[in-house]
Amino acid sequence: MNSADGSVLAKPDQSLATQSLDDMSRAYAFTTRLDDLVAWGRKNSLWPMPYGTACCGIELMSVMGPRYDLARFGAEVVRFSPRQADLLLVAGTITEKMAPVLVRIYEQMLDPKYVISMGACASSGGFYRAYHVLQGCDKVIPVDVYVPGCPPTPEAVLDGVMALQRMIAKHTPRPWKDQWKSPYEQTR
Amino acid sequence: MSKLDNIKTDLASKFNTANYKFVHAFGDDVLEIPKEDILPVLRHFKASQRFDFLMDICGVDYPTRQKRFDVVYHLFSSKDGSRLRIKCQLAENDWIDSAINTWVGADWFEREAYDMFGIKFNGHPNLRKILTHHQFVGHPLRKDYEADAQQHCTEPLPIHFNNEPGVDGSILNDRYVPLNIGPSHPAMHGTLRVMVELDGETIVRANPEIGYLHRCFEKMAETHPYNQVIPYTDRLNYCSAPMNNVGYCKAVERLLGVEIPPKAQAMRVVLAELSRIIDHIIAVGTGGVDLGALSAFFHLFTYREKVYTLFEKLCGSRLTVAMTRVGGMAQDTPEGWFDDVLAFCKDMRGQVDEISRLMLDNKIFIKRTQGVCPVTATEAVQWGYTGPLLRASGVNLDLRKATPYYGYDALNFDVPVGTSGDIYDRYLVRIEEMKQSIRIIEQICKNPPSGDYTIRDKGIVLPEKKDVYGNIEGLMNHFMLIIKGLRPPAGEVYDATEAANGELGFYLISDGSANPYRLKVRPPCFAIYQSFPSVVKGAMIADAIATVASMNLIAGELDR
Repeated sequence: MNSADGSVLAKPDQSLATQSLDDMSRAYAFTTRLDDLVAWGRKNSLWPMPYGTACCGIELMSVMGPRYDLARFGAEVVRFSPRQADLLLVAGTITEKMAPVLVRIYEQMLDPKYVISMGACASSGGFYRAYHVLQGCDKVIPVDVYVPGCPPTPEAVLDGVMALQRMIAKHTPRPWKDQWKSPYEQTR
Repeated sequence: MSKLDNIKTDLASKFNTANYKFVHAFGDDVLEIPKEDILPVLRHFKASQRFDFLMDICGVDYPTRQKRFDVVYHLFSSKDGSRLRIKCQLAENDWIDSAINTWVGADWFEREAYDMFGIKFNGHPNLRKILTHHQFVGHPLRKDYEADAQQHCTEPLPIHFNNEPGVDGSILNDRYVPLNIGPSHPAMHGTLRVMVELDGETIVRANPEIGYLHRCFEKMAETHPYNQVIPYTDRLNYCSAPMNNVGYCKAVERLLGVEIPPKAQAMRVVLAELSRIIDHIIAVGTGGVDLGALSAFFHLFTYREKVYTLFEKLCGSRLTVAMTRVGGMAQDTPEGWFDDVLAFCKDMRGQVDEISRLMLDNKIFIKRTQGVCPVTATEAVQWGYTGPLLRASGVNLDLRKATPYYGYDALNFDVPVGTSGDIYDRYLVRIEEMKQSIRIIEQICKNPPSGDYTIRDKGIVLPEKKDVYGNIEGLMNHFMLIIKGLRPPAGEVYDATEAANGELGFYLISDGSANPYRLKVRPPCFAIYQSFPSVVKGAMIADAIATVASMNLIAGELDR
């Protein structure tokens, strides 16, 4: 197997070529590293769980809706169960009251899992520098991609999904994920 | 003889009105009375049918005063559209009688006043926190609470029924199955939480928990200048953001005593009616999704996108437009915008018919909604229902007709009214309202008024950019207004508009400074949602989902 050039389909070796070997390689040989192949599969079949709490949740509906159509990115099946999803789309303000719920949902998701923080509120608390608003959902869970905007345009969300796909394909190390502990572990 | 004089003579025959204060200011009738008389006076008004709605109860904090709090009751009469505000002063550890036995709808409003200010209501069966989380200490809307003093919540609240009055809700009944739905559940729209006890599939008791999207709107409004509050109002009912802009600006303009030019009024009406259409699209579309019908959602969202395109063309923003300013609009309409709106209306008219065929004529939809969880007219008024839900119950009340604003009285449109108040009627009313909104928009857009889109008062509206960058007066005017802010006179108003799901009221108190002293929002679905446990009691669990969907609960304004 040839992983150096990163090509997906095998080039038949002309010196050893026989008809049967050639047929076989054309049929099912992939010259790539296994983890590249897995990453390719993962990036193209994201199953998002929309965690839409506020305005961004409405805009997220537009992203799922007929014009912008998130399905084009392989992120077709919207799952409302954390067990069936690998992408948590935090869309909307996370309040202090909601934060423990969000952490529980994140914990229930199976690895590998990714998080997109959609909009100003989810990323930083937005313009709610207020007593009951969590100043960014990354205070309690690790976030891979932040999408700016209040709320972001659907194009920006699609760009965020594509950025996440690039990260998955390139195995960009995300050390904050391995070090993540539930912020409520002490209290449980 | 004015309305206030009428009330004065009426009360004088029954009560000792020596220490009552009757005020008429900024067009509002205000009655200031001692706290002992609150309950008898409210009872009297209700019994004599002078006022049939208790719209809102809220607190105001004046920390320097000896009796620190104002408790404010907003009454409304559906007969002549008149309003009365009753205020009474209360010291820190004092009690006031609860109005819950007179109007059941007082329940959550009193709990909110307790949560936000620590005002105690005597006789309230269940005076607990409602918006802040259970580990929160203190009362955040008091003036001595810092706006950004966060308190972390470390554990979710376990399943309980403490919100139900008169029982110890921590103890669950062995005979029934407790079930928690939400707050992260597709049928609960992201932030609602309902805990139910089930006997088979029948709901024995239900308990809604709110506050999962309490974003401190009112505290934020107190810490921002008037015009900077407009983006916050966008995020109250984010399904129909422009309506909230209009409601807020209308309140501030009334306090300032200015009237906006006809062009601005027309733009606001068109924006509001377009928002009503997209709000009803969300209500009908996601209501269908909650009942398992996905195609209507995709169908309708195409048309929602078209409205967004109109908004984008108008101001560059889609969902949260912040398009109004105090004194008018932020900018003029682009060339041909009204024609684009007309083209959309033509398109939408056929679409509404198709949706009513697709959903309302659907046998499954009819079976799931007709006769399910009905609310009678009396109950609806008791709870403080407004908007499509009240009209579905058979009460003909629409603020666009009852207290017309922005030239609604000159427009031709009908107010659809239901009969039974069940879920099917609620959707019928909404579909019909979409048609009426199209009628309103078409009447305006066929002949849009010309003229300026804003008033040109230097103390209120920023100068145009060509003046800011072109001459010193414009530059100074811009600087002064940005630095000093616009300053309405000291005083208070309550102003209400007919938003997509009911009466959206803004109670605004100004102390003459650049920020509002207090801004209380009267959100329509707050009053509606408090009736949820009694509406779904005895129904099936699937009916509860259909009920939540039909109430069109928007967490942004529910929790603020």
